[in-house]
Amino acid sequence: MKITKLNKNTIFKNGTIYDPYNQKKFKGDLLVSNGKIKQIGKVDYPKDAKIINCEGLIVTHGFCDIHVHFREPGREDKETLVTGAKAALAGGFTRVCVMPNTDPPLDDPESIRFIVEKAAETPVHIHPIGAISKGQKGSEITEMGAMKDEGAIAFSDDGIPVQNAYVMRLALEYGKMIGVPIINHAEDIPLRNEGVMNESEVSTRLGLVGNPDMAEAIMIQRDLDIAETVSSKLHVPHVSTKKAVNLIEKMKAQYSYITAEVTPHHLYFNDSALTTYDTNLKVAPPIRSEKDRKSLISALKNGIIDCIVTDHAPHTIEEKEAPFELAPFGMIGLESCFGAVNKILVKNNGFKIEKLIDLLTINPRQIMGFDSNLFNIGCEAEITVIDPQEEWTFSKNDIYSRSINSPFLSEKLKGKVKFTIVKGMLAEV
Amino acid sequence: MMTEKHLLGLEGYPAENIETIIDTAFGFREVLERPIKKVPSLQGKTIVNLFYENSTRTRISFELAQKRLSADTINFSASSSSVNKGESFKDTVQNIEAMKIDAIVMRHPHPGAPLHLTKFVDAVVINAGDGTHEHPTQAILDLMSLKEHFGKIKGLKVGIIGDISHSRVALSNIHGLINLGAKVTLCGPPTLIPKYIEKLGVNISYNVDEVMDWADAINVLRIQMERMGVGLFPSTREYRNLFGITHERLNKHNKKLVIMHPGPMNRGVEIDSNVADSEQAIILDQVLNGVASRMAILYLLLGGKQEEN
Ligand SMILES: [Zn+2]
Repeated sequence: MKITKLNKNTIFKNGTIYDPYNQKKFKGDLLVSNGKIKQIGKVDYPKDAKIINCEGLIVTHGFCDIHVHFREPGREDKETLVTGAKAALAGGFTRVCVMPNTDPPLDDPESIRFIVEKAAETPVHIHPIGAISKGQKGSEITEMGAMKDEGAIAFSDDGIPVQNAYVMRLALEYGKMIGVPIINHAEDIPLRNEGVMNESEVSTRLGLVGNPDMAEAIMIQRDLDIAETVSSKLHVPHVSTKKAVNLIEKMKAQYSYITAEVTPHHLYFNDSALTTYDTNLKVAPPIRSEKDRKSLISALKNGIIDCIVTDHAPHTIEEKEAPFELAPFGMIGLESCFGAVNKILVKNNGFKIEKLIDLLTINPRQIMGFDSNLFNIGCEAEITVIDPQEEWTFSKNDIYSRSINSPFLSEKLKGKVKFTIVKGMLAEV
Repeated sequence: MMTEKHLLGLEGYPAENIETIIDTAFGFREVLERPIKKVPSLQGKTIVNLFYENSTRTRISFELAQKRLSADTINFSASSSSVNKGESFKDTVQNIEAMKIDAIVMRHPHPGAPLHLTKFVDAVVINAGDGTHEHPTQAILDLMSLKEHFGKIKGLKVGIIGDISHSRVALSNIHGLINLGAKVTLCGPPTLIPKYIEKLGVNISYNVDEVMDWADAINVLRIQMERMGVGLFPSTREYRNLFGITHERLNKHNKKLVIMHPGPMNRGVEIDSNVADSEQAIILDQVLNGVASRMAILYLLLGGKQEEN
């Protein structure tokens, strides 16, 4: 990947331009001047312009991932804001939201300010999500108002479920007042038990403790009920089960402030992939059954799930080399995201490419309240250029994260990010 | 001939291999009855017994098997604290491998650890129990004991009684028995029977008397109280009433039901003392067959020389 400053004038020539905000698709050029969108469609050709041939490529909004873990502060050996930002660029993401389960967690206004200041030095836009509870202990809510003022765009104890329903209620009440979504890692802790993978025939064969699908469903039903009761925004992270999809569908029919996300790995793998005890597939919530995987795909198709997030979760090789039960949960996902979801959704399940782009651009931006009319003239250029046809094999050379814990290594993917433009920079992937 | 390099588990393990092991084991069983119980089959081979968890019985059985075959043996017991660091596992086994050894017999508290080990070493790996996953050598000695008693495995009806969820013995026995054509019924409290296990081709019953009526043999598993963080059954008293293989219960059944137990037993809990010591119990045969079948496994996997008379 080559990252350079954008020329004063850069023309993305002869591409298929897809503007998800206006739901418009057409062949044409796009001129970026001084880091801003200058003209779209038919453009002037300033003499000094750098011309990037986009024949056969799609020029669209920069992807936005509202669920990543960049491990700073505390575990800079796994990832930093800078290395995470590079992984984002490689995956076509111009904007990401980092989860607060750092060490210490982002649970006060000062730590939010720390991220905002550090993020300014990185090549993508990074927004912190604040912790719901002090120390992520699930008992006392954080200073959400002050944290929002410092730049927190949502609240979550991600990684750790808010087990106490009353605390969840308080968080949703507060979230309503300040107008931000609350995101609860939805697993009922006692029911999840010591589960390290989906409870299924596979877990039984492997002698591993299973995490049943109802652990997710029960927690989500609780959260949906509380959100509806107090009329606040709930965003359901990394939905993994058919049961949860059904509950979300029902609640969405009667209450509109519910949104939900799904990860590429829950769309791509099923639990039979774990028969080799591959610790790179150990993740929370776990990779579920084929029936669940299929229901997640149709939930995206039907708008029950609103967006795709990577839940990019770097871990060291040493930690992932441990026996399955001891290895930490999580996998990286930014670099492989588009190739994986384009293969599953567009190639294998008949999605329109525009629909997939919506799931990676306007939908997540609208959940977080970011500007999503990005091809408005004069807007800062946040652009991703993709080749939807290229077939490639994901390898270590494609990883820019500081960690390499990816189950997509050696997988054949379809669709590749070619250029990512943000903050006046051009990344050639 | 053996088609697999390692013995990691009996799931998907070829039935012919199991039969070859059992046939060979009967040969070694004769050796064990001789006044001089040693053969030179594995002279010059080095085997490491790598035990990340205490298991006096299994370790002694393997050690004895190795000594009877004239192999050189090293015992390595890792402290439980080092088990909790993934890094030291890799370091430990690579260090051991660097010493040019031929086989590693490993007991480990975590499922999948033996498969994991094969990625780091070239030596033959024999699983001596990996957490709640498999314990293939135990299952093979159980199969051998059944064959010794009944003359065949195919068509036998075997009940496995007790804590199925936390038992590597159960899982390996299920795979081995089904592989060789036996019928299996599991019996225990529903809280100790994992969901979806019927997909392995077994029946489930909560009525131990019915299972005893049906079965030719029952394998009584140890109730592992030390594993119950949460009470998965209400009390040992109640367990004994519902599932214990008591003297009274056994007497209600007329036929000669064969009783097995992998040990160590909780006498008076899952099995009565006088049942364990009765004529119907083949528990001590299992112990001797354990040595013979482990000799056969080591001999076959390490390509031992044929004994010259
Ligand atoms: Zn989470």
